[in-house]
Amino acid sequence: MDKKKLGYWLFFIALFLGPLYLTEFRLALLGKFLCFALVALGICLIWGYTGILSLGHGVYFGLGAYCTAMYLKLEAAGGGLPDFMEWSGVTGIPAFWRPFANPAFALGASLLVPALLAAVLGFLTFKNRIKGVYFSLISQAVVVVFVTLFVAKQDWTGGTNGLTNFTTFLGFSLASPLVQIALYLITVLILGASFALAAALTKSRAGRVLSAVRDGENRVRFLGFNPTSYKVFVYSLSAALAGLAGTLFVLQVGLISPAMMGIIPSIEMVLWVAVGGRHSLIGAILGAVIVNSAKSFFSESYPDIWSIFLGLLFIIVVMFLPNGLVGAIESWKKSRKKSRQKGGTADAADSVVS
Amino acid sequence: MAVVFTQLFNGISLGSILLLIALGLAITFGLMNVINMAHGEFIMAGAYTTYVVQQAFSHYVPAALFDYYYIAAIPLSFLIGALLGFILEKTLIRFLYHRPLDSLLATWGVSLILQQAARSIFGAPNVAVTAPSWLDGGLTIAGAVFPYKRLFIIALAAVCMIALYLYLDKTAAGRKMRAVTLNRSMASSLGVSTKKVDAAAFAIGSGLAGIAGCALTILGPIGSTIGMYYIVDAFMIVILGGIGSLVGTVFGALSIGMLGTVAEFWTGASMAKVIVFAAIIAFLQFKPAGLLSARTRSLE
Repeated sequence: MDKKKLGYWLFFIALFLGPLYLTEFRLALLGKFLCFALVALGICLIWGYTGILSLGHGVYFGLGAYCTAMYLKLEAAGGGLPDFMEWSGVTGIPAFWRPFANPAFALGASLLVPALLAAVLGFLTFKNRIKGVYFSLISQAVVVVFVTLFVAKQDWTGGTNGLTNFTTFLGFSLASPLVQIALYLITVLILGASFALAAALTKSRAGRVLSAVRDGENRVRFLGFNPTSYKVFVYSLSAALAGLAGTLFVLQVGLISPAMMGIIPSIEMVLWVAVGGRHSLIGAILGAVIVNSAKSFFSESYPDIWSIFLGLLFIIVVMFLPNGLVGAIESWKKSRKKSRQKGGTADAADSVVS
Repeated sequence: MAVVFTQLFNGISLGSILLLIALGLAITFGLMNVINMAHGEFIMAGAYTTYVVQQAFSHYVPAALFDYYYIAAIPLSFLIGALLGFILEKTLIRFLYHRPLDSLLATWGVSLILQQAARSIFGAPNVAVTAPSWLDGGLTIAGAVFPYKRLFIIALAAVCMIALYLYLDKTAAGRKMRAVTLNRSMASSLGVSTKKVDAAAFAIGSGLAGIAGCALTILGPIGSTIGMYYIVDAFMIVILGGIGSLVGTVFGALSIGMLGTVAEFWTGASMAKVIVFAAIIAFLQFKPAGLLSARTRSLE
């Protein structure tokens, strides 16, 4: 156990020291992937630990990113009208945009808006015991609704182009490499803290109830717990993590558009977790980094092959690696240990029991 | 008055398109409880089959007979869809019957591969299919125009629905399928080969997707993402209608079609999506299991 903890520490320290050994380009890429890892962490909490498969996390990620982007846009406009509003003929800043001129409000909203939406949606579905694939499909419909809305309300959201052309954040120029390094370090710290928080949650009493909900929701109900409140809680926590990731993403990448919250990005987020290992928090983080590294490598050189590769990855992981890379490593370790204990003879009774 | 009729007709028309798409899902998702995300790509396969048939007719068949290509395309689209569905069931889905969430992810992978395959074969831009000339024009009643194309799709949806009902209710194979749905282990111990039934059900559901794709070609150009555009709505219809109920699916498709058209008429396309979705969620508050779900006393 302690060896594991030491491994986590080394992993995050290695990430933190990234600016020392990575080029500016690679660092920016890794920073982006770590935002995705934060989303993956939240998905792992709801999917691996609670058994809720959400195909709508792109929306929470996008909402978080848009909240921060609205602030950045207003700051870039310097009290005037954001550029895209001028192009689409809006004369005054819409009322709901105004509070976002305050950075504290915008950053708070980037956490609370996704969390609230998730809480409302979760409450309305979980309360009625809509679960499993039905919930997954409903969460996917949410994506369609939001993407259509964000594309159509061009004068409020920037339409298909999304929000971009930011200049400063709290007065710091976003173009400066030092600010980007600082943002990277903040991302690593937030990811580390979220990881610690998630790990503590899964080990706590509430975390055990969550796993129990996954394995037998009705039994949990008969034991006197209310699965709905646990599910709503973890679902909104996961949405808040996605919103936080959106904020960090938009600060580092400088762009958010409806295409980044669509059906395909949302389901790709699930794939990161599936590849890394849905039952492992660190697996989710590794999965996000590995899949996205592969994506940037493949889609730079062979964009056509990437989508076929992605499709195959889905099939392979589901068919042959249901517990992802971490699960595969763990079962390999276990079998090695077992064969060592028994002098290498595979025991038939053993495989029946397990 | 003409506006009301036109809106009503548009609602039924949209409902019938959604119904064609949802009927196949009602079998694979509603009856067999498998989420097949590649269903949309079977629609696409049906649409491209129609395109290929049209190309073949324009090259190898006398021009006088060209208009009949569509008659040939419907059964062929069904067969191509059914074949793809059969292959998918045999190679992937049968291993995942007990893991519905995983079958969702795996079939999503299949859908990505099929989309890319379509782009590689037919090119990224959309292709257009010329509708047969006997579908041009429309029926004018009391000042409202009812295009033949839309009437044809309504008729096609009705025929598919009736054929499916007859198959499930009046033939031995269809009854076996329903028996397996209701109680798999009991059906199996009474001698029904559940494996065969599974494969057949999946093939029929996918074949219906092929027909839906064929129908979509007369409404507009087709591309590799044509299926994805409709698939989310179709899943919502099956959930709204109630799992395991074909009648529910019919009602679900028609009511979503109606509501969508009316909402679009009043508020515009993007708000219509929001309104329809909110209505579905609101409806599920009263009937979480859908409009007409199979009554059961079991807990899970």
